[in-house]
Amino acid sequence: MSSSKNKSIAGASGSSRRERTIDIVNRRLAKRYRIEKRFRFYGLCSIIVSMVFLAVLLTSIVSNGYSAFFQTYVRLDITLDSAMLDRENPGKSNFQAIIKQSINKLYPEVEDRKSKRELYALFSSGAAFQLRDLVMRHPDLIGTTVSLWVPADDDVDMLMKGYIKRSVAENERRLSDRQLGWIDRLADQDRIEKRFNVTFFTAGDSREPELAGIWGAVKGSFFTLLVTLVLSFPIGLAAAVYLEEFAPKNLATDFIEVNINNLAAVPSIVFGLLGLAVFLNFFGMPRSTPLVGGLVLMLMTLPTIIIASRAALKAVPPSIREAALGVGSSKMQMVSSHVLPLALPGMLTGTIIGMAQALGETAPLLMIGMVAFIVDIPGGFTDPAAVMPVQIYLWADSPERAFLERTSAAILVLLAFLVLMNAAAVIMRKRFEKRW
Amino acid sequence: MMSPIVLLLTLLVLSVAGYYIGRRKALYVADAAGGLSKLHSRPNYYGALTALWCCMPAFFLFVFWLVFEQSIITSLVVADLSPDLRNLPPERLNLFISDVRSLASGNIVSGEITAEMRAAASHYVDLQGIGKMIVGVIVLVAAVAGMLFVYRHITPGLRARNQVERAVMALLIFCSTIAIFTTVGIVLSVLYEAVRFFRHVPVTDFLFGLEWSPQMAIREGQVGSSGAFGAIPVFAGTLLISAIAMMVAVPIGLMSAIFLSEYAGKQFRAVAKPMLEILAGIPTVVYGFFAALVVAPVIRSGGSQLGIDVSSESALAAGLVMGIMIIPFVSSLSDDVINAVPQSLRDGAYSVGATRSETIKHVLIPAALPGIVGGILLAVSRAIGETMIVVMAAGLSANLTANPLQAVTTVTVQIVTLLVGDQEFDSPKTLAAFALGLVLFVATLFLNIIALTVVRKYRERYE
Repeated sequence: MSSSKNKSIAGASGSSRRERTIDIVNRRLAKRYRIEKRFRFYGLCSIIVSMVFLAVLLTSIVSNGYSAFFQTYVRLDITLDSAMLDRENPGKSNFQAIIKQSINKLYPEVEDRKSKRELYALFSSGAAFQLRDLVMRHPDLIGTTVSLWVPADDDVDMLMKGYIKRSVAENERRLSDRQLGWIDRLADQDRIEKRFNVTFFTAGDSREPELAGIWGAVKGSFFTLLVTLVLSFPIGLAAAVYLEEFAPKNLATDFIEVNINNLAAVPSIVFGLLGLAVFLNFFGMPRSTPLVGGLVLMLMTLPTIIIASRAALKAVPPSIREAALGVGSSKMQMVSSHVLPLALPGMLTGTIIGMAQALGETAPLLMIGMVAFIVDIPGGFTDPAAVMPVQIYLWADSPERAFLERTSAAILVLLAFLVLMNAAAVIMRKRFEKRW
Repeated sequence: MMSPIVLLLTLLVLSVAGYYIGRRKALYVADAAGGLSKLHSRPNYYGALTALWCCMPAFFLFVFWLVFEQSIITSLVVADLSPDLRNLPPERLNLFISDVRSLASGNIVSGEITAEMRAAASHYVDLQGIGKMIVGVIVLVAAVAGMLFVYRHITPGLRARNQVERAVMALLIFCSTIAIFTTVGIVLSVLYEAVRFFRHVPVTDFLFGLEWSPQMAIREGQVGSSGAFGAIPVFAGTLLISAIAMMVAVPIGLMSAIFLSEYAGKQFRAVAKPMLEILAGIPTVVYGFFAALVVAPVIRSGGSQLGIDVSSESALAAGLVMGIMIIPFVSSLSDDVINAVPQSLRDGAYSVGATRSETIKHVLIPAALPGIVGGILLAVSRAIGETMIVVMAAGLSANLTANPLQAVTTVTVQIVTLLVGDQEFDSPKTLAAFALGLVLFVATLFLNIIALTVVRKYRERYE
């Protein structure tokens, strides 16, 4: 383009009879402006496309997940018959039978075994545990009748939330017509209602969607990230300080740098393979524990933290260093009491971002066996545990419709944590960042 | 008996005490010599030196024990076993020992528990207890001895600061070599298992074979018991999905970066840039769920409307979502390199009358091309190594096809499916995962090194 223009300029000066350059330019101008507009439009479009993707992603997850924060409960009048409960040792009683008895009382007309089984299926098996907890806490209730809200089965929950359609033919529906009738009767008696799903925030994993919760995974993530943080922050800081402040320019340090940059781009699943081969098989560490998970994530986030910390150290102006050296401090003193305090906010910001990355990481944890089905809530670094993204992966694999909504809800919880961490990083950057 | 945590805490307390004792001694000798200025270093350094000598040797002893505890105790237990047990073939002996270990730690045992096993287990527990006690005593003695050693040597002339700084420097150097250790660890562990795999399956069969069905039969002679480990279909699937992802990510990411850096106003950029970063911050498992839940069904139903049969695990769905995931990656890298192009080049183009888009197309992009290519290579390496999206949205069976509407499988999907679940660690099936891992590591390593070199060269040109 520019060459043709040059030619026409040269031509114009040679003879006035020829077409003037400005005319050539003007003739093409409209077209060029059109191209310009189109190009600009493409740019805008691509940003809008990304935004639309983001919006669709978030809306689909919110719209699928918000309903999991509520759960259908059924009110049962339970007679705590002293004949069925041992006052001395109430924990040993058959609470399942007591629940069944009170269900039978609601539906005296259901008699044959098959129908009864269908009837009991409307109530969660968690009802018995809930009753057991109540009686254990208040043994004086034995002999009285209590009115208790117990969780309904996930199919009932799905019906109440409108995911199981009544219009569907009976043989394609997970609930029979008869079960629908029973549920309607509960509704008529005001015995069924949706309540805030406390279980979801307090329970561990479960095969029954209505009893499954995220708390075990949250705690697992907490322990895992704690291991990661405690190891990767000091190590990352030390490595960054050495490379930025002390390292001589030679082959060895170049090699370290290449390594760090490359590790930052190695697929995370490879770190999982390393963890499996080294930590589990070679050192014999326990499988699916936060300790091993934290170690693997530490190796994975270390490059991120080192790179961010080095950037923070680079941002400290040399005048600070020269001043410190000028008043007679050693190089180590200069770093530890002048450069490091100034670079620390930047380093912490980088660390938080690295931690957020580690919190969302799934693949390497699958490799070290953190995909096991774990009901118990972990209490320490060597207890088997799940972490939040792995819990999401596990639930996403479950066929029940109710797990789909719980998966989305778990994603919302995970995203909430990520937003919090990133907001903390942004605030920290805004508050402490110094510009020289 | 002392638990490791208690021992470490005791060590910490001792070190803190050592710090104060050393510092006091330093102040004391300074007074005797005639003031603080007679000391070689500040008093704190004498304290720090005492603390270092208190905790470091003791800590190394402790770590040494942690690493070798199991093998030492095991060999002691084996030495005390009855001769006929000791002369078992190695793998049966190993089984016996692992049973003893799990019995000792109160876990489930694979076989039935014999009296010998019980005896060995109790012996094991006894030895563990004795070992812990001995180590506890040794560690504490070492700590106190180290502390006293320095304490006695504190004089005004002791070059405490230099010694402390040397120790800190050693620590810094050690920390920065962890990156090398990690790389070496990855290479060795993956290579070792891969070599074991190649003993079962020849390398050429693995790299150039056209059939992949790693399911090994449990019984000999069952149909399909041999398992086929030709990885070409897996590589092809990976490339197909990555190509789809790049077709989404490169144009959108590049155009977004251009728009943001060259056209957008300050306010628009302040909103749009963080939005793109949100896209980068979303965990991949969420993308995977989104691909499986929303995108795949939409593509499938769209296909059936047009009368095309689309697999529910189509490469298109996985690739599309992966592309969305990579958009911010491409755009932020391109943004960096476009911003690194000197303003003078832009000004030059404008001054000869070029429009903005002409400047971008004919000046900026050619100037930034090496950087952009580097960024795209990094993005490709991301796409190849991405796991969760394909695990959740792509297929398991290896089809050798270029049709994006069919299900294909990828390297990462195969690694996950081969390694998740309980398998014995010696079968070619599990080892195959490491061979795939090796290929993945080498491929991404190449891409990364090329990309990083290109980007660095490019940066240097304009700096």
